[in-house]
Amino acid sequence: MSEPVRESMEFDVVIVGGGPAGLAAAIRLRQLSPQTSVCLIEKGSEIGAHILSGAVIEPRALAELLPDWRERGAPLNTPVTAEDMLYLTETGSIRVPMLDKVMPHMANHGNYIVSLGEVCRWLATQAEELGVEIYPGFAGSEVLIERNRVVGVATGDMGVGRDGKPGPNYQPGMELRGRYTLFAEGCRGSLTKQVMVHYDLRKGVDPQTYGLGIKEVWEIPAENHRPGLVQHSFGWPLDDKTYGGAWLYHFGDNLVSYGFVVGLDYANTWLSPFEEMQRVKLHPAFRHHLEGGRRISYGARALSEGGLQSVPRLTFPGGALIGDSAGFLNVPKIKGTHTSMKSGMLAAEAVVEAIKTDRVEPGSFTQKVRQSWLWQELRTARNIRPAFARFGAMGGAVYAGLDAMLLRGRAPWTLHFKHHDNETLRPADLCTKPFYPKPDGKLTFDRLSSVFLSATNHEEDQPVHLRLKNPSLWKTVNWDVFHAPEARYCPAGVYEVADEQSAPHLQINAQNCVHCKTCDIKDPTQNIDWTTPEGGGGPNYPAGM
Amino acid sequence: MKILVPVKRVVDYNIKPRVKADGSGVETAGVKMSMNPFDEIAVEEAVRLREKGAASEVVVVSIGVQQAQDTLRTAMAMGADRAILVLTDESPEPLAVAKVLKTLVEKEGPSLVVLGKQAIDDDMNATGQMLAGLLGWGQGTFASKVDVVDGRVNVSREIDGGTEQVSLALPAIITADLRLNEPRYASLPNIMKAKKKPLETIPAADLGVDMAPRLTIVSVAEPAERKAGIKVGSAAELVEKLRNEAKVI
Amino acid sequence: MTALVLLDHEGGQIRKAALSAVTAAARLGDVHVLVTGDAALAQAASQIAGVSKVLHAADARYAHELAEPLAALLVSLAGGYDHIVAAAGATGKNVLPRAAALLDVQPIPDVVSIVDAQTFVRPIYAGNALATVRSSDAKKVLTVRSASFDAAPAEGGSAPVEAVAVVESPDVSRFEAVQLSDSARPDLESARVVVSGGRGMGSEEKFHALDPLADVLGAAVGASRAAVDSGFVPNELQVGQTGKIVAPELYMAFGISGAIQHLAGMKDSRVIVAVNKDPEAPIFQVADYGIVGDLFEVVPQLAEALKK
Repeated sequence: MSEPVRESMEFDVVIVGGGPAGLAAAIRLRQLSPQTSVCLIEKGSEIGAHILSGAVIEPRALAELLPDWRERGAPLNTPVTAEDMLYLTETGSIRVPMLDKVMPHMANHGNYIVSLGEVCRWLATQAEELGVEIYPGFAGSEVLIERNRVVGVATGDMGVGRDGKPGPNYQPGMELRGRYTLFAEGCRGSLTKQVMVHYDLRKGVDPQTYGLGIKEVWEIPAENHRPGLVQHSFGWPLDDKTYGGAWLYHFGDNLVSYGFVVGLDYANTWLSPFEEMQRVKLHPAFRHHLEGGRRISYGARALSEGGLQSVPRLTFPGGALIGDSAGFLNVPKIKGTHTSMKSGMLAAEAVVEAIKTDRVEPGSFTQKVRQSWLWQELRTARNIRPAFARFGAMGGAVYAGLDAMLLRGRAPWTLHFKHHDNETLRPADLCTKPFYPKPDGKLTFDRLSSVFLSATNHEEDQPVHLRLKNPSLWKTVNWDVFHAPEARYCPAGVYEVADEQSAPHLQINAQNCVHCKTCDIKDPTQNIDWTTPEGGGGPNYPAGM
Repeated sequence: MKILVPVKRVVDYNIKPRVKADGSGVETAGVKMSMNPFDEIAVEEAVRLREKGAASEVVVVSIGVQQAQDTLRTAMAMGADRAILVLTDESPEPLAVAKVLKTLVEKEGPSLVVLGKQAIDDDMNATGQMLAGLLGWGQGTFASKVDVVDGRVNVSREIDGGTEQVSLALPAIITADLRLNEPRYASLPNIMKAKKKPLETIPAADLGVDMAPRLTIVSVAEPAERKAGIKVGSAAELVEKLRNEAKVI
Repeated sequence: MTALVLLDHEGGQIRKAALSAVTAAARLGDVHVLVTGDAALAQAASQIAGVSKVLHAADARYAHELAEPLAALLVSLAGGYDHIVAAAGATGKNVLPRAAALLDVQPIPDVVSIVDAQTFVRPIYAGNALATVRSSDAKKVLTVRSASFDAAPAEGGSAPVEAVAVVESPDVSRFEAVQLSDSARPDLESARVVVSGGRGMGSEEKFHALDPLADVLGAAVGASRAAVDSGFVPNELQVGQTGKIVAPELYMAFGISGAIQHLAGMKDSRVIVAVNKDPEAPIFQVADYGIVGDLFEVVPQLAEALKK
């Protein structure tokens, strides 16, 4: 397209992404410096629309950010009251004893089961009260870099047709220029990816490794509801080499959050995270929680599992990476909200200092992170996920127990990730197909009826936002070698092989995309580029998600 | 000429409504809300009439909770000039809405009121007609084309099996159907500007209108799921069934 | 109790939907009908089974069923009736709410079931929920869905016809013209029959295999999203969650698997027919009649059988 005429607006700080990190940063900025203008954009149609997490959260960062969060009505209403960690076999389960000793990071005393979407909606109202300008429905589609400094972002054009030409309702994007820009896009942010490349932020750190979380919310009969119950599992149905497990939380008004995470470094090209997630519901340890209930919501999101070893350089001229864009998730704890929020708050402090001294790079952010409990936490946890990658599920669990009981996270060594997740798949003819039962329509479902519950929508007449850099690679690599793994790992049925018998080709149903970013991560040749679709598109997760 | 456009905040059209477990209604808590799509079309039409010079001011009004302000801001980002929020915690029926709008029409003196033909939550399809009745104005409902000429408004209406043209004296009521136009996006610069446009809030009680509901909701239920029918062996058998059993051809 | 039914008409014929409104009204009591237009229409109205009186408004101002005069007329007649009923079509939905406002009544549109004289069931949220509502108004003004009530027989009655006087109403509207759409290939959303194709159609050229069948049936042609995404047909033909929502008398799905997104756009059709190679296709779970087979064989056979 020819250079569009874009309007622009100047702010002190521009934040891309309205999740816990971005909102915490925005709130902290205005708390520390009420005259600092802060603009936050969010690609979801509203704050919370693209937020997906388990979620059990630790209120530590929240209490630092807004000590009176209870009085302000934060939606943390279901304290954890009971928890189990189960090792599943195909038909049975073994409860891990002395959980607080062998997996102290899993102890959830003082934590809350929440809908993170609801928490974010609430955080947004707090931020707006403090004067943060929040604009949901607008996707950051371009990083503005001038004289090697990030000077803001541009939102995407609206009303561009599928052919890439402006339609009758064309609206050019807008430049949101900031003295500092914070990228809080969550895991595998599309602008973050560009910034990392431009400033070589990943130099000298381990590759990031990811997981894919798929979640459903169920409404169950009141008599079966045990608010505060937390149950996690590992083992079946994944093989020993594949990292992952299920969660099940009872919370809210007769709601159950159920979900499954698979480490995206899995090797079996036939593995389907979606179907693994479905079939765990049939296991005796899970089934009775959901029976008699109805599924009311569905969604999926990738998460960063690399931890400390994979955290990139955090700052660059004109801004910083915060939250899961940087990869602050604490994997063994399976919690990232408190670390994300903490990173946002620390970045806000650094930015306020940088504004005062007119520094180009808010460099004190890195120092602040290293001196905070956030770093301590990630440091303690650093070897557990790589141990699973190296020793398998049982070995990893044993290592985790030893690490916790004997080393207390202070091991003198650090285990490293050797591979990118896209390099780990094995060719189709070397892998065994797992058996996935047909959906029963009661407890288990197919992809499309699941996506339906995510209320996902994209304006139809727009360019496909999932781009193959080299379309010819699909046949020779994805199909001939791996038999289209994207058709299985995509939890939304975006990728479909058409005319499989005669002339197989890839059909991309971009409209179904729930913005989980798995394809951007797992495609064997990194051939799929996830770009932001028109703002407001994607899932519309309700509160409760 | 002034145009008044009433807009309603409803459950977003992308959200599949979920009946509450106790059958008291449809879950709206924590659900994404947006402007009723037909009302977007009404706003767009009004703004286009102003852009064409046929109108001088577009005033949007909503009757509802405080958050309906967001809906009004969206309408102003699309081009409406100012907004009125009639504040109430109730969800008034079309009769009550029409009565409230009548008091606003008397206060504001618009020549045209453009409404969406129906809200996608209660699907009543009544407010515009009722307002027209209360005011004694002409009504161009289910409009697919609107032209203001020489003190009249010519309206193409979508009717069963075709289109009809009527000519109405001004002032008049229009209700917008799907094909009237394709609403523009509320662009980010316009959303920013809309924050500065005037928005007046009037407590519903101050208008002295009887808003008591006439309908009691006894229950709300999910519709029965369709059941699988029968498989037939041939085209001929199918035609026979459609003719003699289902009687649809 | 007596109900007054507004009978709407088109092209000199009483609409079939109005006959369903008669059936609904008969559940509520004695049925009187109001009809505009010429004497032949009044005559036709008098023959509808179950009608006990015809009120005929012959004046030209009522001929085109303009809401402003007709609502005023209804209000003048309303005194003797407990219920005022019309079919939930463009005329009833235009006229009845206006009359209701003048009567200070909250209308009840789209009734699909009558519980008792005060209590009615109606769809809300585009049919995703059914609300049972009870009216506290002295008079009830309702429109009814024709798909939910059988049409009253057009023959068999012999009701007396009574002329009704003109009632003054504001002279604010004027009928100009009407264009009825080509019934050979009607509009997707208002068609009585819809013939839809999915990815099983194979290609843009092969999609035209549906044309002869649509011609015989006077049906609109629709498509699933898969067919649109595969480039067989333009987006306007898409039926489903993100396309058009249709509820014809007869919906025929060819080579459509029946993903929930498609079902969301057609599940309220009165009769659903599915033809698919895959006996496990979810479409068969909602179809009243199904054929497991090759659509390229079945479609021409259907067209032939229908011509007979």
